[in-house]
Amino acid sequence: MRLKYVLSEVLVGLWRNVTMTIAMIITMAVSLTMLGASGLIYVKVAEMKELYFENIEVSIFLETEVTEEQKTAIQAKLDADPLIESVTYVNKEEAYEIVEEIFRDSPDLLSAIGPEVLPESYRLKLVNPQEYQAIGEQYAEIEGVDQVIDKSSVLDKIFKLFSAGQNIALVAAIAMAVAALLLVANTIQVAAYSKRREVAVMKLVGASNWFIQAPFVLEAVVAGLIGSLLGLGALAGLKVFLFDGALRALQGLFAPVSWGEVLLAFPLMAAVGALISAITAWVTLRFYLRV
Amino acid sequence: MIQLEQVTKTYPKASRPSLDNVSVAIEKGEFVFFIGPSGSGKSTIIKMLLHEVAPNKGRIVVNGKDVTSMRSWKRPAFRRSIGCVFQDFRLLPNRTAYENVAFALEVIGKTKAVARRVVPEVLELVGLGGKEHRYPQELSGGEQQRVAVARAFVNRPLILLADEPTGNLDPDTSIEIMRLLDRINRTGTTVVMVTHDSNIVNQMRRRVIEIESGRIVRDQARGVYG
Repeated sequence: MRLKYVLSEVLVGLWRNVTMTIAMIITMAVSLTMLGASGLIYVKVAEMKELYFENIEVSIFLETEVTEEQKTAIQAKLDADPLIESVTYVNKEEAYEIVEEIFRDSPDLLSAIGPEVLPESYRLKLVNPQEYQAIGEQYAEIEGVDQVIDKSSVLDKIFKLFSAGQNIALVAAIAMAVAALLLVANTIQVAAYSKRREVAVMKLVGASNWFIQAPFVLEAVVAGLIGSLLGLGALAGLKVFLFDGALRALQGLFAPVSWGEVLLAFPLMAAVGALISAITAWVTLRFYLRV
Repeated sequence: MIQLEQVTKTYPKASRPSLDNVSVAIEKGEFVFFIGPSGSGKSTIIKMLLHEVAPNKGRIVVNGKDVTSMRSWKRPAFRRSIGCVFQDFRLLPNRTAYENVAFALEVIGKTKAVARRVVPEVLELVGLGGKEHRYPQELSGGEQQRVAVARAFVNRPLILLADEPTGNLDPDTSIEIMRLLDRINRTGTTVVMVTHDSNIVNQMRRRVIEIESGRIVRDQARGVYG
């Protein structure tokens, strides 16, 4: 009977103050969506970092007037290097094919250059891609090498962009969480005020503190959980319309967001939503009811 | 049953203490009146016995438990051994007489079945048989106070505290309520009543403790108002 009493009090409480309840749920939902999105970005960035750095390729470009002896020496050194898994030699013709492919929309540019101006290069696959910097230091100073290039600086820029996005989402999540928190506190105060007579009698006859507080705290928790469900819906919408829709063209660049990952964000959102609501309600009651 | 040992209470911003070095002992089964002018500190005693207000100095022991050092989380269990009645009845307006009394049982974990057995019994005892399903606004002041007494007594507390229970009632109704409290006292319940009502004090001829400016000025068995 006590459980039934508590649950019916929760529903009555949420309904009595329905506009406030809705405001509380919406704020909570937006905050949790931001939180979920920032969590997703975090996971994605980690995943992509792994993906990109696994496949990082180091290119050693040779000077245009490199001698055959220098080339043999470099080739020998590369073949003997334990850090390197495989080496592909790219001669001037092959380099030109690559340039042709990249600039096929700008024939003017292509006609201005010929294979002879392009440098020869070695494309290296590393045993451990994280060690690309060591390779750069080792080979940059060798006779006949023009420069050692890896894609890490470009990747770093992309990842910085993602981190910035994640930070913006986190800041928005925190700002909305503060608003949600204040709304929860306010809603709980109104609820406690509307039940002040019952609460006074309960305190007088010695009802336990948890019994007095439970309906109010649960009211907030239910609102928090509904908010996190809405947040899950919003994330699903983001996936369908943004990642699978508008940003579809970029899917080669981004690791796609799977449904599993969206669903995995839910426990995080639900836990944070419920916990924030419960603690806020409980603290509010401690001040307001002095139980 | 109740001991106050050199209890002093000064409210913040008050110029003089509400209670000044007050010591009283009340035995089990006694019926005690606290009398005195408004602001003399009578109600402070009730609040202290309920663990609502803590004294600045001194010790309060109720039913063998030191209330002064009691942690607040123990307060609910402590309150279950004390019944309380007030001048303003403090009934829930949207519940019937039966529901008001049953509410007090249910919120401390008693089942509906227990309430169905005990509540009609106690309503009969306070003389409200047949009026169980009336709402407070459908009852007279005296009847409302009877509901409050029923609610205070339904758990069979060891102590019944009454803070001016007849303050809102006419003389005849007041005497009926006093008869009821007297009957409850005869079951062995200790009754502590704060009042201004000289008529009642003179009729009952019980122990009278008079307080003035926070000090006990008279403590008299079978006393009168003064």
